[in-house]
Amino acid sequence: MPSQRILITGLSTYWGGRLAQALEADPSIEAIIGVDNEEPSVELERTEYVKVGTQHALLRRVVDAAEIDTVVDTRLVVDSATTSSRKAHENNVIGTMNILAACTGRGSSVRKVVFKSSSHFYGSEQDDPAFFDESMGRPHPPGTPIERDILEAEASVAEFADKSPDVNVTILRFANVLGPRVRTSLIELFSLPAVPMILGFDPRYQFVHEDDVVHALEHATQRQLPGIYNVAGDGVLALTEVAGLLGKPYAPILPPWGTGIAASVLRRIGLDFPSEMLAQLRFGRGLDNRRYKAAGFEYGYTSREAVLALAEHLRLHPLLRSSAEPYRYEREVEEFLRWSPNVRNGTRRPLSVSPQARVAGLASSPPVDHYDDLRPDEIISLISSLEPQALAALREYENGHHGRAAVIGAIDSAIARSQASDTAPGA
Amino acid sequence: MADSPRTPLSLREQPVGKGAEAPPLPARQQEDLRRYLPGVEPERQLTDWGRSERVEGLLDRTLVEFYYRYWFRAEVEGIENVPATGGALLVSNHSGALPPDASMIGKAIREEHPHPRPLNITVEHFFKGYPGFSMLIPKLGCVAAHPANVHRLLYDEEQLVLVFPEGRKGTEKLYKDRYRLRRFGRGGFVEAAMRARVPIVPVCVVGAEEAQPIFAQLKLLKKLTGLLYVPLTPTFPHFGPLGMLGYLPAKFKLRFLEPIHFDEEGMHEDKGLVQTTAHEVRARIQEGLFDMVAKRESVWFG
Repeated sequence: MPSQRILITGLSTYWGGRLAQALEADPSIEAIIGVDNEEPSVELERTEYVKVGTQHALLRRVVDAAEIDTVVDTRLVVDSATTSSRKAHENNVIGTMNILAACTGRGSSVRKVVFKSSSHFYGSEQDDPAFFDESMGRPHPPGTPIERDILEAEASVAEFADKSPDVNVTILRFANVLGPRVRTSLIELFSLPAVPMILGFDPRYQFVHEDDVVHALEHATQRQLPGIYNVAGDGVLALTEVAGLLGKPYAPILPPWGTGIAASVLRRIGLDFPSEMLAQLRFGRGLDNRRYKAAGFEYGYTSREAVLALAEHLRLHPLLRSSAEPYRYEREVEEFLRWSPNVRNGTRRPLSVSPQARVAGLASSPPVDHYDDLRPDEIISLISSLEPQALAALREYENGHHGRAAVIGAIDSAIARSQASDTAPGA
Repeated sequence: MADSPRTPLSLREQPVGKGAEAPPLPARQQEDLRRYLPGVEPERQLTDWGRSERVEGLLDRTLVEFYYRYWFRAEVEGIENVPATGGALLVSNHSGALPPDASMIGKAIREEHPHPRPLNITVEHFFKGYPGFSMLIPKLGCVAAHPANVHRLLYDEEQLVLVFPEGRKGTEKLYKDRYRLRRFGRGGFVEAAMRARVPIVPVCVVGAEEAQPIFAQLKLLKKLTGLLYVPLTPTFPHFGPLGMLGYLPAKFKLRFLEPIHFDEEGMHEDKGLVQTTAHEVRARIQEGLFDMVAKRESVWFG
């Protein structure tokens, strides 16, 4: 049974928003409803946002009223630096329980639950296997609050799956995410002038690119894949290798003994090492990603390519910082666009690229001579001199051929600027 | 409707690690995932296991070369018993405080075998906890002796793996016990070979016992330093940490015995067979060692 009416919990998280955008392009999906306490952080076309937290009675009413058949839970907090451990616990454990409670019960229309989890499930210990596969449990009890939360959340999902045999439950355990748009503590560390390490340790790290995370969630939403899957790009890199790919030196600033104390001192000066990261900085972690590949998923990036993509972004970041305008959710505008009888063709995002256009873009020639030979920073410096039509064509071409997020972002902001200057006199 | 008692969500009630493995979530089917192994990225200098061709090659050309050729003057017989393709589990006796036998076996395969292949050496987990060692050991082709690691190397990646079933008991034993094999663990290595359906190649190494004889174990120093063991050798501990590399120039002889094949599926589930085979392997190595020592005229010149 294909998913047609989808509920995304955690719409305002980066993943919820990205997934909603990706699912919007699929015409077979009738309804996409997103819930969260906070407003969406990305521009959405037909996704409906309902401001609901994780109160299960309210969620239940949304689920029943909209006849939701698929719930995708993207809320899990897996980085203890982003929020307090009490809030994380509330979100991860209690929130998950409530969402599952809203899907259970006689006559529930929910037939599929996709749960975004993390490879922190496995932890990082001395006697770990070099590659964790999905059947391996955690060899040691969790040592940090966030890992305990992840285990408890997964346990309640497993219990739900146990009790609801007619619901297809997928758990995806993601490796450390890298990418130009997502922010994690690990990316913060990689953004420093040197990559911090624990003296005498060179842990193995595996990464997954942010686009692959979205595609992996989409893949699970569109298929029947009951079970647990690791999601991590091919290749396990040593941290020294990562530093080399980022073009940075590595700095063994953390001592092998008393690491926790040193980390808390460094926290004072603004270098945040969450406790789950310290274990990983010492022993690292590798994942066996083959099962999800066997389930038909194709990765766009290997671990190495994900690091290279991040390196490219970090080099461009100082150039782009000023041009990017953050999206703000305007409730009245969104509601007008969706529901007003006066709207005739306004609900389409002006810049969205339909699948057909993407194919057309692939076939066409580059809008600028020798475009394929240019480096991203050269392209970005060129953008300001182009006409709006040329920009749109360029964006389509870039999307179809290279898909470099940094370049697309720069083109988008240039287009937005030109539109703003067009409309300003009339307004 | 009588409900079965709900499992509380607290972790203490859940068997740790099994928490997420309820029946409707088949964690892993017995499917062959070998064709989904990651491809090789030629730009990389490290493998996914952390092995570095550069570091390994550098050491191979210098220190290992010197010891193999000039110091220990290693002599190899039966190298044809190491298969040229497919996985194989090499099982050897173990000795010496900082055992030179593993690197000599690896070097012998690189030097003498018609199809030189990399050798993965299994080491105990605690190396991963020592700063410095933790960084260096994987780069030299050592992997932690976890059953899942051995299985992946043997079955999925079809590589050569070297194990020392005596483990720490072998490296701890004193000079007076030389060439007498310790207990062979719990037969885990046989199970691994049977599960992966790869042959076991028993290996006898003579010379390592004399290269670094251990006269005593210093229990007090071990407690003080927190090391695994502090042996008293001709050069250690009085010459400091580098004394661990001080080997006497004993003549090394390596003999690769005929492989033992396991072609049937599911043999590893027969615990009795596993134990019998482990004893058999141990007996063959022991027999080979006694034979080699009996024929040896001089410790230093063979």
